[in-house]
Amino acid sequence: MSLATTQSIPEIRARNKELIEEVLKVYPEKTSKRRAKHLNVHEAGKSDCGVKSNLKSIPGVMTIRGCAYAGSKGVVWGPIKDMVHISHGPVGCGQYSWGSRRNYYAGTTGIDSFVTLQLTSDFQEKDIVFGGDKKLNKIIDEVQELFPLNNGITIQSECPIGLIGDDIEAVSRAKSKEHGGKTIVPVRCEGFRGVSQSLGHHIANDAVRDWIFDKNGPDSKPRFEPTPYDVAIIGDYNIGGDAWSSRILLEEMGLRVIAQWSGDGTLAELEATPKAKLNILHCYRSMNYISRHMEEKFGIPWCEYNFFGPSKIAESLRKIASYFDDKIREGTERVIEKYQPLVNDVIAKYRPRLEGKTVMLFVGGLRPRHVIGAYEDLGMEVIGTGYEFGHNDDYQRTAQHYVKDSTLIYDDVNGYEFERFVEKLQPDLVGSGIKEKYVFQKMGVPFRQMHSWDYSGPYHGYDGFAVFARDMDMAVNSPIWKKLKAPWKDLPKPSLLAAE
Amino acid sequence: MAQSAEHVLDHIELFRGPEYQQMLADKKAFENPRESAEVERVREWTKTPEYREKNFAREALMINPAKACQPLGAVFASVGFEGTLPFVHGSQGCVAYYRSHLSRHFKEPSSCVSSSMTEDAAVFGGLNNMIDGLANSYNMYKPRMIAVSTTCMAEVIGDDLNAFIKTSKEKGSVPSDFDVPFAHTPAFVGSHITGYDNALKGILEHFWDGKAGTAPKLERTPNDKINFIGGFDGYTVGNLREIKRIFELMGIDYTVLADNSEVFDTPTDGQFRMYDGGTTLEDAANAVHAKATISMQQWCTEKTLPFIAEHGQEVEAFNHPVGVSATDDFLLALSRISGKDIPEKLARERGRLVDAMSDSSAHIHGKKFAVYGDPDLCYGLAAFLLELGAEPIHVLSTNGNKAWEEKTKALLANSPFGQNCHVYPGRDLWHMRSLLFTEPVNFLIGNTYGKYLERDTGTPLIRIGFPVFDRHHHHRSAVWGYQGSMNVLVKILDKIFDELDKKTSRLGETDYSFDIIR
Repeated sequence: MSLATTQSIPEIRARNKELIEEVLKVYPEKTSKRRAKHLNVHEAGKSDCGVKSNLKSIPGVMTIRGCAYAGSKGVVWGPIKDMVHISHGPVGCGQYSWGSRRNYYAGTTGIDSFVTLQLTSDFQEKDIVFGGDKKLNKIIDEVQELFPLNNGITIQSECPIGLIGDDIEAVSRAKSKEHGGKTIVPVRCEGFRGVSQSLGHHIANDAVRDWIFDKNGPDSKPRFEPTPYDVAIIGDYNIGGDAWSSRILLEEMGLRVIAQWSGDGTLAELEATPKAKLNILHCYRSMNYISRHMEEKFGIPWCEYNFFGPSKIAESLRKIASYFDDKIREGTERVIEKYQPLVNDVIAKYRPRLEGKTVMLFVGGLRPRHVIGAYEDLGMEVIGTGYEFGHNDDYQRTAQHYVKDSTLIYDDVNGYEFERFVEKLQPDLVGSGIKEKYVFQKMGVPFRQMHSWDYSGPYHGYDGFAVFARDMDMAVNSPIWKKLKAPWKDLPKPSLLAAE
Repeated sequence: MAQSAEHVLDHIELFRGPEYQQMLADKKAFENPRESAEVERVREWTKTPEYREKNFAREALMINPAKACQPLGAVFASVGFEGTLPFVHGSQGCVAYYRSHLSRHFKEPSSCVSSSMTEDAAVFGGLNNMIDGLANSYNMYKPRMIAVSTTCMAEVIGDDLNAFIKTSKEKGSVPSDFDVPFAHTPAFVGSHITGYDNALKGILEHFWDGKAGTAPKLERTPNDKINFIGGFDGYTVGNLREIKRIFELMGIDYTVLADNSEVFDTPTDGQFRMYDGGTTLEDAANAVHAKATISMQQWCTEKTLPFIAEHGQEVEAFNHPVGVSATDDFLLALSRISGKDIPEKLARERGRLVDAMSDSSAHIHGKKFAVYGDPDLCYGLAAFLLELGAEPIHVLSTNGNKAWEEKTKALLANSPFGQNCHVYPGRDLWHMRSLLFTEPVNFLIGNTYGKYLERDTGTPLIRIGFPVFDRHHHHRSAVWGYQGSMNVLVKILDKIFDELDKKTSRLGETDYSFDIIR
């Protein structure tokens, strides 16, 4: 059993504070002061976690963060399946983000769907010197020629575009006109903007607003007959099929999902969203901006939900239903009841294997808080958590609804800090990303990638919870963790035996 | 509901259930989808010579390129030195990508820091980021050396690494005698192999040419050692170990330059080793005295080898040698340069490779192949295919240049099996798609991204290259030398036999040739 469960709350708090002091000692003074603001121990009743967030990462530390391009192309725009997304700039950004987020979609790739294509303007030195606008013009023509069934194009700008001052907006406008009013969206998501991928999400949201909503105007006709039960899923990227195992529940309770943002999504769905009666928002961090905009501009209410683990799923389903009539409320109870036997079976099977195990998390978006409930449903305890690119409102939500007293909080944790924390707290499981995975497994700590579900999934919804439980069990209880130490390392050395 | 605790269905099976199939069909109403007949029509059109012509007429758009950018190669080379922390001067997102990319291939940690440049650095330059960054890295990660490279951002704004590092040292970021070699590695020039070359040259230059003006240049005192450079190589773990074994068998005193075979293959035993193995800094400096330097990949060392040659050594480059003759040439060069005999043990290994090839050649002879990847890899594999009596038909390298094209053409012209082959420098995997539809082959050799081509064109993929994300542990076995060639041979044969079994396995229909003995 780990340390965390053998101590009282004040003891844990004191230990965590001491641990923070310890890691800060290694830094030069200036860095130590800056990092101190991002590390804390949560105190029950406080309105947030007491850490600064959304500030620049410190040079020379191994930050886990990405960039604005990753936020826009990698997260928000990339999963829109019927649009072609051009990584505009040098080859690397598109290459490294190619297929890496597992945004599942149904479609004929290369013909009417383009998510797992890597299209780039592959900037060369002459493009830097003379500018890339001419090339971009040509690229759009070539896209039209080779992918005639694409429904739109986005231009995801990489670092050099902003630095050399290319006018991708002008190119977009001109080419749109030339190609019969085609939707062509320039996105200023250069990687040097902002402090993390978070600004990329915001910029990408703004681009939807400016280049899709504004283009169509508020009175554009939807392609379907509206109903009072129309909702849009916002902020689900369909990683391993998450949005599908979520959508099915909403439809079973009687709602009609008219759009999915953005996993398995299409341009038509983006365009239709202002006709929704309610926007339901899973990843608050990446898509609260567009939800707020639709509320202000079109009067569409939005509500946050959490589809990780049965407790939060039921709570969220009821919350969503509260925006509708009795028909939906009854449907909701029916759905919860229908899945209860599955929930019971999953918990009966996996909880005994996971009860009392401790977890440390470090992820992006919503997961540092949203998955806590799912772990608790399985009897596990989250003893440390933090956001790659959270803002203060994320830490407020975390403090008020999710974390327990004395939880260790680490914003924008770097490799060094995270390793020391894990070494000291000895959790039974770490949930973070690919860059952290092998570090902790080498240390003998079971690990799951909580960005990509470690190539598994879905984790959302009731069907996803079964997969989640299975995966956590296979990580924590894998027989391999008993083999770390070579058996002869426990034996006294032969020479000493001889001496005795 | 198909899901149950007893038999948990994940994404592979879950969504095939009728309720999900219905849901996805219903979703179409909101997608504004294309008519399926139209999708089919366009799909068929993309297979035609007409589409191929349009595809090859592309001048600006790159689709599914088989290359990455310079700094990735720089990071890969840098971790080949003892206790070395790669430091990328530029925006931090790039480093997250390099680390992920390397970790996804090797299934290993990949350590690297950046100077986290943002908008203010774009305006004022990244000097302060360098000063603070070096100080932080030095204190936190206790490296023996910090190897600096750049991203496109730092290059566009024109940051001067030499001056920045000098200033950082003056400000006390790191001790004045601490080794901080550097290389400019703009992402808009060349590819990851160029970055490897630049970083390796930068490190050697640092040690040999007076540590950026802070020490006297090294005086070369020739000795009998041989330097060995692997180049950017997804099989670095298996290959470097195999090559060291060969050096040891031959009794040659050697230095592997940029030996990253340990850091990308550390044990799981309860301890994380951020640094492991690597060329010692002493060896890196003393490499100037060696008798000769052998590079396994010509186009990975285009700048490094001339630099070494200028310092008075003999240099010799190979092209990712796979197969009997390529390995013969390598060993003969080793023997000639070192004056040591090739031991009987290696001759026996050679004989076993020839034995294996003769046993299996009937299954490979005359089969048509398409190959893509880094230029040296393509050349090496094409040469091996010719030796096996196979016919390389398309050899494509996105980062291959004119010189590569000429050299590869000459190789193919020399063999009756290479007569129908075309060489494609600067082309991408969407070009390859057209080639596979219009001039089909039996097998495709390339990295993980080839699985899209396998799906679209039905050409079975043999995974050799970088990156290989969707198969595990390939990088642990060698592809160089007689033993490595044996591994490549087995990989090719396994695929050939798997395909044969697939074709002949239909019960009562095609299974008359479902043989158990071959």
